[in-house]
Amino acid sequence: MNVITDHLSEFGDGLLLTVELTLLSLAGALVAGIVVAAMRVSPVRVLRAAGMAYVEVLQNIPLLVWLVIAVFGLPEIGVIAGLFTTSVVVIVLYQGAYTAEAIRSGINAVPAGQGEAARALGLTFTQSLRLVVLPQALRTVVQPLGNIAIMTLMNTALAAAVGVVELTSAANRVNLAEAKPIWIFVTAGLAYMALSGLLGLTTGVLERKWAILR
Amino acid sequence: MIEVRGLHKRFGAHTALHEVDLDVARGEVVVVVGPSGSGKSTLCRCLNRLETPDGGVIRIDGAELPEEGRALARLRADVGMVFQSFNLFQHKTILDNLTLAPVRVRGLSKDEAERNARELLDRVGIGAQAEKLPAQLSGGQQQRAAIARALAMRPKAMLFDEPTSALDPEMVGEVLDVMTDLARDGMTMVVVTHEMGFARQVADRVVFMADGEVVETGTPAAFFDSPTSDRARDFLAKVLSH
Ligand SMILES: Nc1ncnc2c1ncn2[C@@H]1O[C@H](COP(=O)(O)OP(=O)(O)OP(=O)(O)O)[C@@H](O)[C@H]1O
Ligand SMILES: [Mg+2]
Repeated sequence: MNVITDHLSEFGDGLLLTVELTLLSLAGALVAGIVVAAMRVSPVRVLRAAGMAYVEVLQNIPLLVWLVIAVFGLPEIGVIAGLFTTSVVVIVLYQGAYTAEAIRSGINAVPAGQGEAARALGLTFTQSLRLVVLPQALRTVVQPLGNIAIMTLMNTALAAAVGVVELTSAANRVNLAEAKPIWIFVTAGLAYMALSGLLGLTTGVLERKWAILR
Repeated sequence: MIEVRGLHKRFGAHTALHEVDLDVARGEVVVVVGPSGSGKSTLCRCLNRLETPDGGVIRIDGAELPEEGRALARLRADVGMVFQSFNLFQHKTILDNLTLAPVRVRGLSKDEAERNARELLDRVGIGAQAEKLPAQLSGGQQQRAAIARALAMRPKAMLFDEPTSALDPEMVGEVLDVMTDLARDGMTMVVVTHEMGFARQVADRVVFMADGEVVETGTPAAFFDSPTSDRARDFLAKVLSH
């Protein structure tokens, strides 16, 4: 047990970085997801195609490969950014693709008459999407978005592979010094479980609060 | 006010509208009747371009309907539409349903829009329901709210696509009463309906459609008492027999 208490500050710093990575990634992925989902349902063919290409390209290459490409490839073409920033951007873009698909399914679940009524009143396509369709779509996909949020949290561990000292990487470092893998990684695992439990609870609360009466 | 020439609309291989001509004068109430699948809804939806025509010309107040975009949105703001399934915004209160477009499209202040909205809700007899969500209202109340929502834009004309078909029989009357009042106030209206009583009493002109064409048009008295085409006689025999 001493291995944990002796290294509390390393664990604490790692946990904090994991939380920061997760929160920034979630916020960014939500924005990216909304934008891409809007493109995928837009009446403009080029936007629809671009949205689809985005989702296909991002989802069909593993996140770890994207991270490695960004961390080692970007400096080669003259883009210099910190490891943390690079990781956040890559996770945002990657999770954004999944978020977009979840939101798109929500948009498709909103009856067509809602958007038609909005446009019949003189709202532009963008206004009807933003003011009428999306607010309803988002409420119907709180649960899948919650699952994507948990997946995002888990995926932040991959940042360890490119040198970000988040929780997994911190645990690994402590283990290199102490060689007590079970204690150390079970502790890290419990911390992940606690965080995902929090995300799950939040999802449940939001889902109940935003349920749409039909 | 509304001028339709040679309107054509296909869905794949199926021709939904074929060479349809229609004129609606300012203040006129035109009721469109016809068998199921004859193209009534399609015609109605083409009039504000919710359905994109494949051919022909539609003019509203002299201006040809523009392509999808800002100009079309502006024009739609002037033509109210009431749907069979109400289509009230499910996540907004009745009051917010009525104020959304006036604020966002007409640029009214929230206060002014709310004042107008409450007046309209009173006028259609559901002033007490303003703070409720659509799902908390009966079908008849929802449809009256939907009419009020369209009126909140102060439209030059109103389109109704079977506004009472989704209602329980006991609620049909309250909606038709609102529509009758609107007609009496001089609103230009195109009404698709199976309510022959409404057509007879309120319409200035009845348009009979079958198989995507306008087969016959005339005053309610002429149409109901002495239809000239076989298809109209056939249709009337069916709908008036029950
Ligand atoms: N979105 C669509 N896609 C394919 N076919 C359609 C579509 N909308 C309408 N149609 C077809 O076009 C024809 C005319 O349909 P429309 O809805 O205008 O008829 P209607 O006169 O309103 O009938 P009803 O009284 O049943 O409402 C029908 O044969 C219908 O199946
Ligand atoms: Mg119809």
